[in-house]
Amino acid sequence: MSILIDEKTPVILQGFTGSKATFHATEMIAYGTNVVGGVTPGKGGQRHLERPVFNTVKDAVEATGATTSLAFVPPAFAADCLMEAADAGLKLVCTITDGIPAQDMMRVKRYLMRYPKERRTMVVGPNCAGIISAGKAMLGIMPGHIYRRGNVGIVSRSGTLGYEAAAQMNALGIGQTTSVGIGGDPINGSSFLDHLMLFEQDPETEAVVMIGEIGGPQEAEASRWVKENMTKPVVGYVAGLTAPKGRRMGHAGAIISTSGDSAAEKAETMKSFGLTVAPSASELGSTVGEVLRKTPGRRATS
Amino acid sequence: MAPGTLGGYQLDIHEYQAKELLSGYGVPIQRGSVAYSADQASFVASELGGWHWAVKAQIHSGARGKAGGIKLCRTYHEVHDAAKGMLGRKLVTAQTGPEGKIVQRVYVEVAEKFEREIYFGVVLDRKAERVRIIASAQGGMEIEEIAKSSPQAILQIIVEPAVGLQPFQAREIAFGLGLNIKQVSRAVAAILGAYRAFRDLDASMVEINPLVVTADDRIIALDAKMSFDDNALFRHPTVAEMRDLSQEDPREAEASQDNLNYVGLEGDIGCIINGAGLAMATMDTIKYAGGEPANFLDVGGGASPERVAKAFKLVLSDSNVKAILVNIFAGINRCDWVAQGVVQAVRDIGIKVPLVVRLAGTNETEGRRIITDSGLPIISAETLADAARKSVAAARSADGGGTAA
Repeated sequence: MSILIDEKTPVILQGFTGSKATFHATEMIAYGTNVVGGVTPGKGGQRHLERPVFNTVKDAVEATGATTSLAFVPPAFAADCLMEAADAGLKLVCTITDGIPAQDMMRVKRYLMRYPKERRTMVVGPNCAGIISAGKAMLGIMPGHIYRRGNVGIVSRSGTLGYEAAAQMNALGIGQTTSVGIGGDPINGSSFLDHLMLFEQDPETEAVVMIGEIGGPQEAEASRWVKENMTKPVVGYVAGLTAPKGRRMGHAGAIISTSGDSAAEKAETMKSFGLTVAPSASELGSTVGEVLRKTPGRRATS
Repeated sequence: MAPGTLGGYQLDIHEYQAKELLSGYGVPIQRGSVAYSADQASFVASELGGWHWAVKAQIHSGARGKAGGIKLCRTYHEVHDAAKGMLGRKLVTAQTGPEGKIVQRVYVEVAEKFEREIYFGVVLDRKAERVRIIASAQGGMEIEEIAKSSPQAILQIIVEPAVGLQPFQAREIAFGLGLNIKQVSRAVAAILGAYRAFRDLDASMVEINPLVVTADDRIIALDAKMSFDDNALFRHPTVAEMRDLSQEDPREAEASQDNLNYVGLEGDIGCIINGAGLAMATMDTIKYAGGEPANFLDVGGGASPERVAKAFKLVLSDSNVKAILVNIFAGINRCDWVAQGVVQAVRDIGIKVPLVVRLAGTNETEGRRIITDSGLPIISAETLADAARKSVAAARSADGGGTAA
């Protein structure tokens, strides 16, 4: 098992025929992802990468039975694209796009609330590397070869730091179920908490690594939930101990604005809710290894 | 609020620009005009008429009054002198840091007596993921101070994005501030106007502090601050043009022109990294290994040789840098391209400080081979921990074996 996607999940790409989407769709197909087509308004009826192109998401869903989309569109059109995916009834839409206006994301999240919970779309991203279920399917831009099948889930705000965690685990023979990038923007489609809940339900996931960074209330909210509800061990890490207050560190959302935003405070919060916090980014893998060894009845390696 | 305190990258503008924008949305302001010289300032005062004028230094910072950046003047001569005293100088406020900010423009405004000062702000609330309206009867103080001293005195409303701020909500705030009925209707217009400006212009912050009430029941925005979501500037070209590079750190401004994210720090190990999260984590690992990072720098995906060269120049423009660490975990990047960029940059720029390079991810073997085959004195590192250790050691040896930790 894995969360969100596997090798059977029928996937479309929005903005399918663009050059970046074409490159990454090719990589995704090579990885084993079940890409069933794509959407580019005005190019409906054509074929691209031996797959059908549709004018609208609704057309694509009707013809292919797609449940999931990867949106590869410029920031100005991203909100529209996410709302179209939600209206067409997709279960999941992931967007890599960096630079979506914050108020657009605010409206997208409000729009998602129009639908009853059982048919509400989950948005992953924006400004993330995507989702990968190791050895099964990839919905994003990550280097697939650094992941291997195993029993640890990763959820990270940063793409490259998620890669770092996977690489360190692999060096110790620890594999992954799914790695999810929730993105570095101030308003994310889905949160740490949303994905921790899914990992908790996934029978194959034995532990989760949650990689946060400065800014925003998400890590604290998720840690509280872990203490109250999670049966699986969670390893935490927060990037940005050396970040000065009030300065944006690359990601739009990575800024220390109020109390609780700093890396030290967040790491303390994680500890107070029973998470094991990796002392440094270079010890992500070894901390996961220790936690797995201490967890009774669970395997340290895949 | 201090600039840049509310999350998200933002473009800050000057008070006079914020007032001009807000005024277009029905927020009442005093008559005033910007001046670039002392002569122009006294001329502006004579054009405006009236008996008293405020001369206000235009810098991207609050707390100007206490720092001598706001002067009340009774004659044109005083206006001239006040402007002369401010223009071309650096103003250091509680929010600028010790380096201060240069004053290149002053705002001359008709001064008037007022009875009350109110705090009013509009922000994007990250937790609620909605717009939050904040008001307090204790204007003139920083909102952070009010929140500490009397949190119960802060009125707040979360705006439902589908319909926007409603007049009844603005009324609730106005009555909550203890205004009389005449003042309430004027305050409601100002509150709704400020909200519309925030929404329509993709602002990340509007702060009117103080919003004053005059003896004849008028409501006036005496000071105004606006910041904008950088990601939305593509649809607000007039706002984008209000950017004032003189108010930004010159290195950071230069980096942003090249689409690099750079933040200068106090340490001596220069960092060139792809990905914001990995960049922060690498800085933290340097610290964990006993060193101090000199900067944050995210070269981003698609790190071409040109970008890598620009990154090196930027990092080396900081004279404190004693060693450089390049840490790349390539996803869409390719290690071989980055390696070529590094080798080329070292040859072209002639880097004098020790250089540690760690390459991982897509095409890492090829990338490492390019570095080794170059014959350049580049220190290779395998892992993040290894990279941090080696860069700390390199900075110390460059320091003559001193006490970097």
